[in-house]
Amino acid sequence: MSECPVAGHGGRSPHLGGQSGAISRRALFGAGAAAGVGAAAAIGTDLALGGQGGDDATLTAAGTELNGTRTIAFHGEHQAGIEMVPQAFENLVALSLFQGTTKDQLQRLLRILSDDAARMTQGRYALADSEPEFAATPARLTITFGFGPDLVAIARGPEGVPSWLAPLPAFSIDRLEPRWNGGDLLLQVASDDPTTVAHVTRMLLKDTRSFAGVNWFQHGFRSAHGSQPEGTTARNLLGQVDGTVNPVPGSADFDRVVWRDDTTGPADEDWLVGGTTMVVRRIEMLLDKWDRLDRTGREETVGRRLDDGAPLTGTNEHDDPDFDATTPVGFPVIAEFSHIRRARGDAKGDSKLQMFRRGYNYELGPTDIAVSDAGHIFTAFQADLMTQFVPMQQRLADLDLLNEWTSPIGSAVFAIPPGAPEGGFVGQTLFD
Amino acid sequence: MTTPFRPATNTTTPSRRTRSLRLAAVPVVLVAGLGLIGCGNDDTSTASTTTAASKGSESAKAGLTMSDAWVKTTTEAKSAAFGVLHNGGTTDLVVTGATTPLTSKVELHETVASADGSMKMQPKEGGFTVPAGGDLTLQPGGDHIMLMDLTAPITAGEDVSLTLQLKDGSTVKVKATAKDFTGANEKYEEGTGGEKNSGGMKNGETTTTVKMG
Repeated sequence: MSECPVAGHGGRSPHLGGQSGAISRRALFGAGAAAGVGAAAAIGTDLALGGQGGDDATLTAAGTELNGTRTIAFHGEHQAGIEMVPQAFENLVALSLFQGTTKDQLQRLLRILSDDAARMTQGRYALADSEPEFAATPARLTITFGFGPDLVAIARGPEGVPSWLAPLPAFSIDRLEPRWNGGDLLLQVASDDPTTVAHVTRMLLKDTRSFAGVNWFQHGFRSAHGSQPEGTTARNLLGQVDGTVNPVPGSADFDRVVWRDDTTGPADEDWLVGGTTMVVRRIEMLLDKWDRLDRTGREETVGRRLDDGAPLTGTNEHDDPDFDATTPVGFPVIAEFSHIRRARGDAKGDSKLQMFRRGYNYELGPTDIAVSDAGHIFTAFQADLMTQFVPMQQRLADLDLLNEWTSPIGSAVFAIPPGAPEGGFVGQTLFD
Repeated sequence: MTTPFRPATNTTTPSRRTRSLRLAAVPVVLVAGLGLIGCGNDDTSTASTTTAASKGSESAKAGLTMSDAWVKTTTEAKSAAFGVLHNGGTTDLVVTGATTPLTSKVELHETVASADGSMKMQPKEGGFTVPAGGDLTLQPGGDHIMLMDLTAPITAGEDVSLTLQLKDGSTVKVKATAKDFTGANEKYEEGTGGEKNSGGMKNGETTTTVKMG
């Protein structure tokens, strides 16, 4: 459409890109949304009330900036929603494209979704949004798209599907339930505001109805924004500090571990340059069984202390574990079966076994037989699935005491295409 | 693989807002009436205004632009187009009609409350007036561009070309994205209690009732 490249609304909206982050309610509510008149009236009321207050409507009473108006750039070399401190809430939705979906239909779908994402992540309502008011609080909203094999096949033919873009090899620990597996198109919707996550997910799904059905849906949460210093390693529902060795967003390490370049795969996978691969594993946690294990047992299971996440051989969370240290009677301090020894790889610092984890907790409430039906939505990004993720998962399947309390019940693999340039759409490299 | 994109991507940037931006939150209709909506009032918008004038939908004489343009998908013979008309000039502009390759029957409609309280859609007498420096919002339940006698479905993600005709003789080309939308059902009735005419408006029909909700 022939709109201003900066923002819809006659092109007069203030800059809304990730650099300035400024959001004008004029841009949000000026018009064009499905409920424009009502929205304008509502905002008029809000303005009247706000006018009694301070100079800056985005400031809280304490003078700190509101988190709700923070934005993350959508356009760029990489898709947003990966190299960042994870937001507090996330929905993952896997869609199944309707049988017979054509290349043209797929391209139209991806264009619509990219336009929705480009708008909503910057605090602007999507076209035809019946509830445009929600756009006012992106709260670091990101929308990330992943592709399954059938989607790639529509664009590039069956022979154009990378061999690794397939269900993972079966692992002995798997207790996979079909209802959590696979998918053609993944939507990762994340924000620090769960209301935003809900609305944005709904808006996107309204726009996919003509093209696809929902395969599975997972909602995840982490600690709320502001409850801990940003960047604090998350705690999973087992109570463990989980993810200490994750590459740091913005580091060279992260770049090497996660993003693909033209040397990562064969030439016919060059449409993924600037992208990555994604694994989603739904891990059920047997919390009632975990309750029966004392703290010493819990710490030995992982090899880290529960209180601060330090390795059992160290004093601080980020200390390198000493896998050679032994107890006075000669046993390893960090047990052979412990999670961090198994996950760390044989050679210390073996980069091939690294990945970036972006996990979320899930909770479905009590069941007839358990206090909790809960777990972890394990999400890992790595440039090369087969050399980074699969060997690691194999090691953990072979031996990891944590397997006693955790079971993978869902599994999916997606190709994450590069980000879209201004005016482009995510996935356009598929059609090159 | 560090690239120039890196700093801009995934960088969290707190937003800033000024008093003038809060002013901008006044409802468009109201603002237009008060004459406050000029670009100069919005101190962060000057640069993008220029961009819109040069890159947006162009009206040779007038600087009329349309943004956020979308069309409701349909499998029936009618649909409607919505969006925001902006007049960047110093004199009022009037849109008197529109054309599209999809059909020869396009009308400019308004939605008005009738004496009995129901909302009625009817052709807008004299067209859409976009005030100088102001906006006119086309939206479900309000002013809109009605497409009738369509001969093929409009499918999601399709680009629909529209050409707006202005009273001053100029035209503005617009590309509207087709989106699924379950509102704006436009179930026309010939007066209250009449039988639904799901096939759309009949030629020559000037006043119809839209069922709200």
